[in-house]
Amino acid sequence: MNPNSNAYILFFVFLLTLVVAVVLGSLTEVTKDKAAQNEDIFNKRAILSSIEDKLGEGIEVKKLSDEDVLDLFSPANMDQFVLNMSGEVVPDIKAEQIKIRDEKKKPEAERLLPLYVYKGGAEPLYILSVVGNGLWDEIWGNIALEADVNTVAGAAFDHQGETPGLGAEIKDNPKFSANFKGKQIYRDSDLVSITVRKGGAKDPIYEVDGISGATVTADGVSEMLERGIKYYEPYLAQIRQGKTSMLLK
Amino acid sequence: MAETATKVQEKAPIFGKKERILISDPLLDNNPITVQVLGVCSALAVTSLVVPSLVMSVAVVFVCAFSSLFTSLLRNYIPKSVRMIVQLVIIATLVTIVEISLKYFNFPIYKNLSVYIGLIITNCIVMGRLEAFAMANKPWRSFLDGLGNGIGYGFILVAVAFFRELFGKGSLFAGSPMELMIIGPSADYFLNTSSGWLSGYYNNNLMVLPAAAMFLIGIFIWIQRARNPKLVDIS
Repeated sequence: MNPNSNAYILFFVFLLTLVVAVVLGSLTEVTKDKAAQNEDIFNKRAILSSIEDKLGEGIEVKKLSDEDVLDLFSPANMDQFVLNMSGEVVPDIKAEQIKIRDEKKKPEAERLLPLYVYKGGAEPLYILSVVGNGLWDEIWGNIALEADVNTVAGAAFDHQGETPGLGAEIKDNPKFSANFKGKQIYRDSDLVSITVRKGGAKDPIYEVDGISGATVTADGVSEMLERGIKYYEPYLAQIRQGKTSMLLK
Repeated sequence: MAETATKVQEKAPIFGKKERILISDPLLDNNPITVQVLGVCSALAVTSLVVPSLVMSVAVVFVCAFSSLFTSLLRNYIPKSVRMIVQLVIIATLVTIVEISLKYFNFPIYKNLSVYIGLIITNCIVMGRLEAFAMANKPWRSFLDGLGNGIGYGFILVAVAFFRELFGKGSLFAGSPMELMIIGPSADYFLNTSSGWLSGYYNNNLMVLPAAAMFLIGIFIWIQRARNPKLVDIS
């Protein structure tokens, strides 16, 4: 066949594409279960990071084995709920099936919220997932509340593409997330959330220190927390009034 | 005839002088980053930590070597009018294989490098070697040329990352089990800054940000040219 004819070119490209498609397709098929499991464990570690201090003395989430992570998410240690925007529990679905970054693409009224309740400690911890926008791309995180549904037990954040050394410090610098510990989200019965304050926190209960050079990312964290916690508000109010005993059964 | 052909093949050394040059040349005299100034974008982007740079280097060595091999194997069959597209398909396939294996073996690193792995497809070094070498040379030599250029790239990448991580964050190999804190408030080695006049010490953001890679690569080029007059363009 003439190597410069259109027929040869089409034939060659078709054959190459076919081979490549078969190779990549089968490779993806073979590895997809393990890859999905890896992603699942990665997400679970992120959730556990927000309650790292409560897991026990000297336990570091990044040093836990995969089995330990899955064990901490077993029904004995962790309750999982999915809430709708009016604060009702959606039946027959587990929190780990919800991807908060996908939920962000839905209209606000249709979003579903994952809620994890860690029961491994003396008192339950409520872990809320929030998502928002940083400077360059999305940021997200998990914030854990003590049994009073007011005091913050811990927080952990992650990002898609914030600047290393500046905005990325929300994830990389343990001091930033440690600042959230002990803060409160309610003033009496009003939700105030927590603000990341440029130039240093002025209010000891509702503000944390910002990061120099990362004002936009820090504002993004404030906005994300305020909006994200408000989504959970209807349900948190029920727990605060003691109406949802089913959580602690 | 057949007998002479085999004899000639036996005589051609598998790892002779020419083959060694194919590997050693891109390490120094013809380094893709410091001499050809290719692939600089990823050298700026991923070099803030040593471990991701190492993974990136291994990925580029793999892609560069095997895309050269496959392109060279197919070189007599590739229609000239679509050769760039064919090269891209080969590179993209290998990069996807890297991505799938990272997802399988080390998901956190995959997350960390995310878009940069995909961007190997557009790394000028890989395609440059396919066009300049693999399209005109035999498979084994093309493979070595790809390997050499990949290593030449990776070696600079890790060197830049070493200085950026050490002076930027005070750590080395962060994110791996052998993480070391060299300088900083929780340092185990060299300089602990948790007390005394050093307690106001902060991480050096100049080194953490991509601009530092520009200075460092500039300094590498300077040192290399000062030691090797062959590289200086006198015209």
